[in-house]
Amino acid sequence: MNRFWGFLFFLVPVGGVATFAAAPYFNIWLPRDISEHGHAIDHLFFFILWLTGVVFIVTELVLFYFMWKYDAKANKKPAKFTHGSHSLEVVWTIVPAVTLLFIAIYQMDAWASAKMRPPLIPGTEEMISPTVEVTGRQFNWDFRYPGPDNELYTQDDIFRTDGKLYLPVGEKVLLRITSADVLHSFFLPNMRIKQDVVPGMEQSMWFKAKEKGGYDIVCAELCGWGHYKMKGRVFFLSRAEFDEKLEAMRLEQNTMRVAALDEED
Amino acid sequence: MSTNSGDHADHTHASGFLRTYVFSLDHKIIGMQFLFSTLIWFFIGGMLALGIRWQLAYPWAPMPLIGNLLAGPEGGQIAPENYTMLVTMHATVMIFFVIIPILAGAFGNFLIPLMIGAEDMAVPVLNMLSYWFMWPAFGIIGLSFFVEGGAAQGGWTSYPPLSVITAAAPGSLNGQTLWLIGVTFVGIASMMGSINYMTTIIQMRAPGMTMFRLPMTVWAMFITALLQAFALPVLTAAGFMQLGDRMLGTGFFLAEGATANNSPMASGGGQPLLWQHLFWFYSHPAVYIMILPAMGMVSDIISCFARKPLFGYKPMVYSISGIAGLGFIVWGHHMFVSGMNPALGMTFMVSTMMIALPSAIKTFNWMGTLWGGQIQYTTPMLFALSFVSMFIIGGLSGIFMAATPVDIFIHDTYFIVAHFHYVLFSGTAMAVFGGIYYWYPKMFGRMMNDSWGKIHFTLTFILLNCVFYPMHILGMTGFPRRLADPYQYETFQNLLPLNQFMSLCALLLVASQIIFFVNFFGSMFFGARSGRNPWHSNGLEWQAPSPPGHGNFDFQPVIHRGPYEYNSPEVEGDYYPQTQPPPEIKE
Repeated sequence: MNRFWGFLFFLVPVGGVATFAAAPYFNIWLPRDISEHGHAIDHLFFFILWLTGVVFIVTELVLFYFMWKYDAKANKKPAKFTHGSHSLEVVWTIVPAVTLLFIAIYQMDAWASAKMRPPLIPGTEEMISPTVEVTGRQFNWDFRYPGPDNELYTQDDIFRTDGKLYLPVGEKVLLRITSADVLHSFFLPNMRIKQDVVPGMEQSMWFKAKEKGGYDIVCAELCGWGHYKMKGRVFFLSRAEFDEKLEAMRLEQNTMRVAALDEED
Repeated sequence: MSTNSGDHADHTHASGFLRTYVFSLDHKIIGMQFLFSTLIWFFIGGMLALGIRWQLAYPWAPMPLIGNLLAGPEGGQIAPENYTMLVTMHATVMIFFVIIPILAGAFGNFLIPLMIGAEDMAVPVLNMLSYWFMWPAFGIIGLSFFVEGGAAQGGWTSYPPLSVITAAAPGSLNGQTLWLIGVTFVGIASMMGSINYMTTIIQMRAPGMTMFRLPMTVWAMFITALLQAFALPVLTAAGFMQLGDRMLGTGFFLAEGATANNSPMASGGGQPLLWQHLFWFYSHPAVYIMILPAMGMVSDIISCFARKPLFGYKPMVYSISGIAGLGFIVWGHHMFVSGMNPALGMTFMVSTMMIALPSAIKTFNWMGTLWGGQIQYTTPMLFALSFVSMFIIGGLSGIFMAATPVDIFIHDTYFIVAHFHYVLFSGTAMAVFGGIYYWYPKMFGRMMNDSWGKIHFTLTFILLNCVFYPMHILGMTGFPRRLADPYQYETFQNLLPLNQFMSLCALLLVASQIIFFVNFFGSMFFGARSGRNPWHSNGLEWQAPSPPGHGNFDFQPVIHRGPYEYNSPEVEGDYYPQTQPPPEIKE
């Protein structure tokens, strides 16, 4: 019973590591990354996981060891009368400080690339033209594509409100994002993309997808009772398929007659 | 309950019941008033959490037994707007009605004068008011559940425009107004308290009690009071600005033409992000307000039960100061993906990474205190040690979100929820339990039952890890916060069983607290009498009677050393109280 408490604390590093070791086998892990820049984020995540993991294991084991060894019921040596150690303080101040500063600086390029260096038209300082404007509203994602004139905010733009976003795969795309009402957040887990959308603020986001397919769009900022159902899907298509899709959407938008309803009225 | 063992009994008789127990000016009574109130709100906040866990385990299923009572019109289900209310009010209650008042109001009030050798706080009337200003907050926030639209639903962070445009959510009707007023009252109460604590600690220390002979609890309370005093006014101002936007047509936080849910357009001209800056300028220091006193108490408890001086006293003091100072320049890390200028993401990343440093130093010093000690595994010691173990997890997980690119992915996911529950529950709340078991004899003159305390500890320790640790891996999947039904997304479809496990453990965790409550109340009447210093602690508070009377000490304390001189070679025996004269000067 005496050493029970040390043992209980020993379970912390054991359980902690075991949880992370077992999780991938239950498919509880980072979702599949289909983006170009996502590997930088995932790399940083795992770098920190390993670093903090080692620190976690070592410190928890030391804590357990001291609890085990210096249990008064088992250890009869009188307690050491010491107030500290100046050299230890210096060491365990400088080493973590340097490590933390290193981690911060190591990350800066990934952040700049994701948020501060938009793709530019070659040879100019201008951003490439946007592929779509995403508007979050209670409780849906609306999309606005440039029409055949390839310019957003003109008469021939294509509007979609069914929550399905189509984008070309394998190309750097620029999105304009905003909100119609309250704060929302445009989150694509499989692209490692997230940005809050703010009413009255037009922001840009940019990325390149590497694989085709359909993936979740999740709203990641509480926006009211319907926050949970603000679900969208993004579909990455080949450039040819994307152009076809745009054309089909344009035609649907321009049809004089509304499509027949499925059910009887 | 508080039998007076000092010589002021006749003073009490003359005062009557209301003056003695209700509108008391005695810091110990006020401390206990805070303690009882916050423990009740702890229960309420816990119930709100169980509601959240129910929805995440059985989405849209009617709650058994209480479903019809609480959600009759919805057939016992938690309606989606009520889910957002649960997450908002769980956090609001825990932060403003539990953690902050129990640390500063209960422990700060009770302990500071006793630990520094003072008779009471500097301004006892202000102290009494700081408690009673909580009651309008309790009433107003309690009332908010019953107004049209219900209590606030915009998250405890109350981001505009959701919280400002009344049409945007049912809880953004009067519920949000009441929330703002309630939080303002809490802020005023805290500011009154903090002025008192700072003044008392600076001005009223007993002879010989230099600043560097103060126990860590007092240092922590002092620095925390500084944080409160400098940060709260910003939140209070922001709260008034939001009230203005809601009720007076000001447009601090609304863009031109702002509208939601077909509401009339606002005149705007403001910025939603302005709220976030103001709010987090307070709320980031607030999280340090919610941990520093716990760290101080843990230092006192660990030193006592390791029978060893605190390792690195001055580094510990400087670390607390460093955490507080740095705490004012990291708020932007809550806003990395908010639309804030990304260049600020760089600067806030650096400052946020650096704030992990003083916390790491403290952790190493606690371990240094244990090294070579004679550890007594009492209930308070177990809770204090669990603080250290769990704080390691909470602190390390913070590094992920300090890393701005990583935060792009984990922001607003359960990884964040894991982090703050580790520091606040597995950290601070465990330290609070430890503090209650430790100082209970001083408050009530009796011991809490140690065996039941250990059972309470073991169950709580195991179960909290079962509830909160999996939140890290949940967050890795991108599992979002504040979202009533994540399982309809392909990405999160397979996460229901894990959430059910966590919810079951949460229920068991809450149930285990019954052991604590029975022990707490039962020991007041049936606990073994404790005497002045049952733990053989060096702290000055243990030299006063248990419980102390008005005026606290039945002698004039004169201080000769710090509070951590355990196993000193100057004396026989393993402790050496602060008031005991050194051998050469003994009369």
